[in-house]
Amino acid sequence: METLLSIIFIYILVDNFVLQRFFGICPFLGVSRKMETAIGMSMAVIFVMTMATLVTWLLYTFVLDRFNLQYLQIVTFILVIASLVQLVETTLRKISPTLYQGLGIFLPLITTNCAIMAVALLAVREEFAFIEAVVFGVAASLGFSLALVIMAGIRERLELANIPDVLQGSAVTLITAGILSLAFQGFRGMLTL
Amino acid sequence: MSAHNPYLEDFSRGIIRENPVFRLLLGMCPVLGVTGYFMNGLGMGLASTAVLIASNVVIAALKNFIPPQVRIPCFIVIIATFVTIIEMVLQAFQPVLYEALGVFVPLIVVNCVILGRAEAFASKRPVLRSLVDGIGVGIGFTLALGILALVREVAGQGTVMGPDPESTIMLFGEGFEPMGLFGQPPGAFIALGLLLGLTNVIFKKLNIK
Repeated sequence: METLLSIIFIYILVDNFVLQRFFGICPFLGVSRKMETAIGMSMAVIFVMTMATLVTWLLYTFVLDRFNLQYLQIVTFILVIASLVQLVETTLRKISPTLYQGLGIFLPLITTNCAIMAVALLAVREEFAFIEAVVFGVAASLGFSLALVIMAGIRERLELANIPDVLQGSAVTLITAGILSLAFQGFRGMLTL
Repeated sequence: MSAHNPYLEDFSRGIIRENPVFRLLLGMCPVLGVTGYFMNGLGMGLASTAVLIASNVVIAALKNFIPPQVRIPCFIVIIATFVTIIEMVLQAFQPVLYEALGVFVPLIVVNCVILGRAEAFASKRPVLRSLVDGIGVGIGFTLALGILALVREVAGQGTVMGPDPESTIMLFGEGFEPMGLFGQPPGAFIALGLLLGLTNVIFKKLNIK
């Protein structure tokens, strides 16, 4: 129980996936312009990341590791993630068209979200047990969502700010992300596994 | 210099005008994640370049055999194969670098620069031009990683060629206190943001669009 709680706190606040570990920077910069899209993307990532950790962990432990096929890890994981995204997309379209409309455009983008691949790889590298790996997936995706939503809130206000010409666009977004990351540094060392 | 040489155009485009990092903001995760030290940034850039060149050439060679409906999964498998090879090569010959880069080595597979070039360039062009394009974009990516890593290492540690103590060169004297922020995660964002601003200024001055 303590380990699980620690994992949740560490990967949401202390070792935030976006702001401290630099996973998933592309969607973080790409879809944080509006709050609405940021929330949509967060939902899709929470869903896919949890599923991906679950499936890749089982696959690695019971197939790749058992039959000494560890060198197929990268190929297997990326294929699992790509097909999972496809599966989620098709299922959602059938089961819940409203949710599909909301998440629809974000799902294909997730395949190249390196945070998903990173979670799958790290769950194996850190030698988490099954429950720990799933909790890790949930916590990492919540951390990603937290960073994305905060950033979207800041960027909506930044629209109205008077920014020097040369820093407009991505430059000021990165500097803002740096200051946000600086704030998260405050959690440093609070907890370790 | 002939302006209409397509090879020269393919080569130079990725380095300056469409630099993947400074102009297109692609593949940002390794750019921010491994640039605490110059050697790590350079190593990451070269490893990504190797994968990019190899996958560009193979995809261009196989483009007539890959059905268009399933091209993305095919590209990903080709890229993943080369990433696995690079990972093994690094693990065998550069164990220090391999340890330092950590999970970012297998993550080359989701670097959008590589998939982007496969989809936008290599899947439509002949092998030789794809090779030249891969080299050009690879140099552009490595250059950006190298510059950012150099800035961060000098400001954040006061050294170059670290972290291996044998090759580390101290740049400043005893009284130097490094600006720790640049070695930490927030410094990566801030340094890259400032570098982007600087490239904007330079591009504006030189009138490159």
